[in-house]
Amino acid sequence: MNEGVIRAEGLTKTFGEFRAVDAISFCVAEGEVFGFLGANGAGKTTAIKMLTGLLSPSGGKASVAGFDVYREAEKIKRNIGYMSQRFSLYDDLTPMENIRFFGGIYGLGRREIAEKGRFLIESLGLGPVAGNRLGSLPLGWKQKLAFSVAVMHEPKIVFLDEPTGGVDPLTRRRFWEMIYEAAARGLTVFVTTHYMDEAEYCDRISIMVDGRIAALGTPAALQAEFGVGSMDELFIRLARPRAKEGI
Amino acid sequence: MRRGLKVIGYLLQKEFLQIFRNRGMLPIIFIMPFIQLVILSNAATFDVRNVPFHLQDMDRTALSARLAEQFTGSGWFNLTGESFSERKSVERLVAGQANVSLVIPRDFEKELMTRGEAKVQLVINAEDGFSAGVIQAYSNDIVRSFNRTLSSVLPNGLSHSGVGEIVVKSSAWYNPELVYSDYMVPGILVVLVTLVGLFLSGMNVVREKEIGTIDQINVTPMRRYQFITGKLLPFWIIGLGELTLGLVIARLGFHVPMLGSYAVVYLVAAIYMLVVLGMGLLISTLTDSQQQAMFIAWFFMVIFTLMSGLFTSIESMPHWAQNLTMANPVRHFVDIMRRVMLKGAGLAEISSPLLILTADAVLMLALAVNRYRKVSD
Repeated sequence: MNEGVIRAEGLTKTFGEFRAVDAISFCVAEGEVFGFLGANGAGKTTAIKMLTGLLSPSGGKASVAGFDVYREAEKIKRNIGYMSQRFSLYDDLTPMENIRFFGGIYGLGRREIAEKGRFLIESLGLGPVAGNRLGSLPLGWKQKLAFSVAVMHEPKIVFLDEPTGGVDPLTRRRFWEMIYEAAARGLTVFVTTHYMDEAEYCDRISIMVDGRIAALGTPAALQAEFGVGSMDELFIRLARPRAKEGI
Repeated sequence: MRRGLKVIGYLLQKEFLQIFRNRGMLPIIFIMPFIQLVILSNAATFDVRNVPFHLQDMDRTALSARLAEQFTGSGWFNLTGESFSERKSVERLVAGQANVSLVIPRDFEKELMTRGEAKVQLVINAEDGFSAGVIQAYSNDIVRSFNRTLSSVLPNGLSHSGVGEIVVKSSAWYNPELVYSDYMVPGILVVLVTLVGLFLSGMNVVREKEIGTIDQINVTPMRRYQFITGKLLPFWIIGLGELTLGLVIARLGFHVPMLGSYAVVYLVAAIYMLVVLGMGLLISTLTDSQQQAMFIAWFFMVIFTLMSGLFTSIESMPHWAQNLTMANPVRHFVDIMRRVMLKGAGLAEISSPLLILTADAVLMLALAVNRYRKVSD
C-alpha cells in the first residue's frame, strides 16, 4: 500500500442531482499539515464528514489510517480526533467535565483522565475558570480547549473543520502554534479554513471549487504555478470564474 | 463488556449533570406532579353541581311551588332567576345565566288533581352534552320522587303509586363514595410519566442535533447501544422518580387507596417508560429541531390523552374509536393503574393490557434503535 494516512480516489457525494463533492482525489502523508481550502458551500464539510465516518459516500474510494471508509468506519473512529468551530464541547459543562466526558468515551482510564485534565487546564491557563461553565468563556479559549480534547486520546489524525472561525488574529496565531506542536509529535492534521493567511501555515493545500479540487500542492508551488503573488490572489483567481455571485 | 459499561457510565454522568444544571427545566420536573395532581384531579371531575337553574312557574299554586322546591332544595341546582315568559327564560339560557330552565305550565295543579297527570318542560343547555345528560338524570330523579309524594295529596284512585313500585337502589363498587379524585389520580399519574418520558427524551437527543454535538459523539467509537442506553436511562429513572413522587402525593394528599401492590405498579411503569422513551427517541431521529420534535410530541400527547379514557369514558366512544384506543399505550396504563389501585388487580388480571404494552415497548425501541444511525446517508 502506498504512503498516505488519508487517501481519497474519486470520492463523491451526491444529494439528489447535486454533486456536493465531485470525484476528489488526494493523499495526505503522515505528520503533514494539510490545508483543505474552499469557499463556503464548496463541499469541504461534506468531504470531511465522509472521511470521519459521519456521512456515507456515494462513490469513489477512501481510506483513513489504513481503514476503508465504507467497511471500517468504526475502526477509523478509534484513530481520529475531530473538532469543528461551530460545535465541539458542551457549553453547560465545565472544562474539566468536558474533558472527563470525552476522555471517558474514548476509553481513557480514570487516572489518565485526571492527569491529562490537570495538565490541560494548567497549560491552557484555565485554572481560574476551571469551575465555570464553558459557555461563559471567550471563544478563543473554548477553541483551544476543544482542540486539546480532540487530540487527548492521542489519535493518528485530527480533522479540524474551520477551527479558528470568528476569533482574533492573535488567538488564531496561538491556535496554529498548538497545531504545529501536535504535528511535531507526528500527528497528521487535516484542516479546513477560509483564512488565506492560515493556508501559508500548511505543508500542502488543496483548493476546492464547486465540489472539485481545483489546485493541490505546497503554497509556494501553487503561487508560482498560477503566477500570483499571494494566497488571496490565488484563491480569488480559482474561485471567481465559477462563483455565481458575490465573494 | 466492562469497558462498554464504563462508556455508558460517562454518558450517564454527563446527562445527569446537564439535567440538574438546567435551571429552566429542573423545577418543572419536580413541581409538575404537584400541580397536575392538585389541579387536574380536582378540576377534571364528572360531577355536576350547582347548576344555574331558572324557574318559569306559570301556575303559581301550592303544588307547582312544591315541585320547584324539590329542584332548588336538591343541592344540585342553584336558583339564579325567575320569570313568567318563555322569551325571558330563553334569554337567560342564551346569556349563560342559567343552564336549565324548568317550565311549569298554567293549570299544572288542576290537571294533576283532575286527570292524575300533568306535564312540565325542562329546557337544558346541551352545549356540553355530558353535563346535559347528568342534569337530565338528576331532574328525572327529582320528578320521580315528587311523584311518590303525590299519593298523599292526590284524591284516591288517581294515584298509581304505592302498588308494586320498583325502586332502583344503586351502590357503587370499587369507589363506594364516588370520590372523583380516586378515579382521576391514577390516570393523571400516567399522564405525568408520559410527559416526562416523551418530551424530555425527545427533546434531549434532538437538542444535541441542533447544537451539533451529536456529530462530535458520532465521530467517537461510542457504540449505538451505549448511546441509546446512556441517553434513555436518565429519563427512565426520572420517570419512575416522578411516579414515586406522584404516588406519595396521591396517598398522603388525596388518600387514594392502593388495593393492589406497588410492585405491580412499578413493573408496569418500568415497561411503560420503555414505550414512551422509545417513542421520544424515534421522534428525535425523525426531526431536525426541537421545534419539530415538540410539535410531533404534542400531537401524540393530545391524541393519547383524549383517547385514553382518562377524561371521557372509552365505552361511550364510537366503535371505530374504541378499536383505535387499543393502539394507545396511555389507555392501557391508565386502565391498569385504575384496576390495580382501586380494585386491587394483580398480574393475572392485567395480563392482557400488560402484554400489549410489552409488545409496544419492543416495537418502539426496535424502530427507534433502527432509525438512529451514526452514519447519515
